Amino acid sequence: MLTKEERREIEAETRRYEQKQAASVEALKIVQRHRGWVSDEGVRDVAELLGMTTAEVDDVATFYSLIYRRPVGRHVILLCDSVSCYVVGYEQARDHLRRRLGVDLGGTSADGRFTLLPVACLGHCELAPAMMIDDDVYGDLGPDSIDAALAKYE
Amino acid sequence: MEQPLTRNIRADGEPLSLQEYEKAGGYQALRKALKSMQPRDVQKAVTDSNLRGRGGAGFPTGKKWSFVPMGDQAPHPKYVVVNADEMEPGTFKDRILMEGDPHQLIEGAILGAYAIEADVAYIFLRSEYKRSAERLARAIAEAYKGRYLGKSILGSSYNLELRLHISAGRYMCGEETGLLNSIEGKRAIPRNKPPYPQTSGLWGKPTVVNNVETFSCVPHIVNNGPDWFKKLSHTEDGGTKIYGVSGKVKRPGAWELPMGTTMREILEDYAGGMRDGLKLRGVIPGGASTEFVTPEDFDVKMDFDEMQKAGSRLGTGTMIVLDDHTCPVGMVLSLEVFFSRESCGWCTPCREGLPWVVDILQGLEDGRGQPGDLELLDMHIKHLAPGNTYCALAPGAMEPLAGALRHFQGDFEQHIREKRCPWK
Ligand SMILES: Cc1cc2nc3c(=O)[nH]c(=O)nc-3n(C[C@H](O)[C@H](O)[C@H](O)COP(=O)(O)O)c2cc1C
Ligand code: SF4
Ligand code: FES
Repeated sequence: MLTKEERREIEAETRRYEQKQAASVEALKIVQRHRGWVSDEGVRDVAELLGMTTAEVDDVATFYSLIYRRPVGRHVILLCDSVSCYVVGYEQARDHLRRRLGVDLGGTSADGRFTLLPVACLGHCELAPAMMIDDDVYGDLGPDSIDAALAKYE
Repeated sequence: MEQPLTRNIRADGEPLSLQEYEKAGGYQALRKALKSMQPRDVQKAVTDSNLRGRGGAGFPTGKKWSFVPMGDQAPHPKYVVVNADEMEPGTFKDRILMEGDPHQLIEGAILGAYAIEADVAYIFLRSEYKRSAERLARAIAEAYKGRYLGKSILGSSYNLELRLHISAGRYMCGEETGLLNSIEGKRAIPRNKPPYPQTSGLWGKPTVVNNVETFSCVPHIVNNGPDWFKKLSHTEDGGTKIYGVSGKVKRPGAWELPMGTTMREILEDYAGGMRDGLKLRGVIPGGASTEFVTPEDFDVKMDFDEMQKAGSRLGTGTMIVLDDHTCPVGMVLSLEVFFSRESCGWCTPCREGLPWVVDILQGLEDGRGQPGDLELLDMHIKHLAPGNTYCALAPGAMEPLAGALRHFQGDFEQHIREKRCPWK
């Protein structure tokens, strides 16, 4: 069931569009912000409020890469694997992160602190190689700058 | 050299507040348009300026707007959408404009909306641009307070709502009709054209979609006139262009320069040439979906028509540099992994073809290359050509592959012959 807070936030979004369904992406993001990820129950909750079928909402939920249909760690690392980053050292950055976190791309560290995901170009190619942790972008990644960035998150 | 789009952007990167933007001449173009120009006059100024869309395809902006039904009989609400999805790998120009001068984009969007008599405007922003989101939200609130948005803008009879829509990932959301589906809360798969969005777009109503940089040019055209805008450029296409360079150059970055500046000038004078000890082998000139250009063609002027003569496209004008210590096959593999992962899966050649291409390229990199692989790649280039797929993603994916096969065929053959990647 949606909490009061979730319901209030989603209803505010529906007023910004001509039709309720248009708020589905935002609604899923709201659920994700409150619960960490979007479970089957989350999909059903959104569907009910927006007058959509669960299949319709799941269609949307599984399309957008930043809606997580599986649990993630406390922080999400989006590591850019696109071309500018590839050219200047994406593979080294990836391998360093793999070693530090003990997981491969798609995995969550054993302590539940980080989930490591690949992402398309972050639009910070002049700072390549680049990654995001939660809302912050880090560029010019090397072993030291990666370690310094990771240390900021509990 | 005039740099209208970036002249207000400060070195410390802090955006202009409404007061600062007004002091720098901001919202004068909107005042002028509402006071002394009909919507059609704004359209005409933009048409006469030879402004071509900066989202990658270069469609003439005024012409695009001219297809929207106008007047009392036209269906309403009409919509304007700012395409701020910016997910083309190698591209980071729109971010600079949104972070540095958000009011310029907002004024451009209001003028575009006025020109087609739109009622609602959306800015479709990619989720990862958190700083842009914050700054745009603040600037939109300021613009409402200043009566540049909302009911009877600046005391005129014109009304406009502007809303910020923040996406949730996927490159396909940037494709014009995929974007419209996405705003409607659906998967970002493309729509059949015709009908074009100008007559049937968001919720079936007339809609114009333009890129951030395109809209950012409009206040300057209205203020200074089409002739001034044309003269900013070295070529027929009007205006300046935000060019960018990434890869192993000395100073990666972006610069506003006259449209038609040569690749050589940008690479050498602005990007500072290659890092010490490296040689430049080729450049993808305008984001991931453009063909490689090699140094013998670096004197070509970077505009929409001239780049085609060099066998490539201007695209987004943000170059990605290949150096002689980087494997061209690996670079193309990285590109195709991107396209394959981002394919929306709607049509077969793209959904099935791109993973196959990735598989072949991965095989070459892992030492599993076989005779016949290059012919298979060529076959895909033919099958995924324009006209065979619903949208331009798949043909775009083939451009860097075709360019690499043409210019770096020896590298591909060496991978097959030696059964390994020579760079590893
Ligand atoms: C797969 C794909 C992704 C695209 N992504 C973007 C984008 O992020 N931003 C953009 O402005 N145009 C993008 N485009 C181009 C748009 O479809 C459209 O042509 C453009 O927004 C029109 O604006 P313009 O005329 O001002 O260039 C993309 C096209 C395709 C095929
Ligand atoms: S070309 Fe690819 S991205 Fe475009 S509609 Fe077809 S499957 Fe989708
Ligand atoms: S390619 Fe990595 S930020 Fe653009």
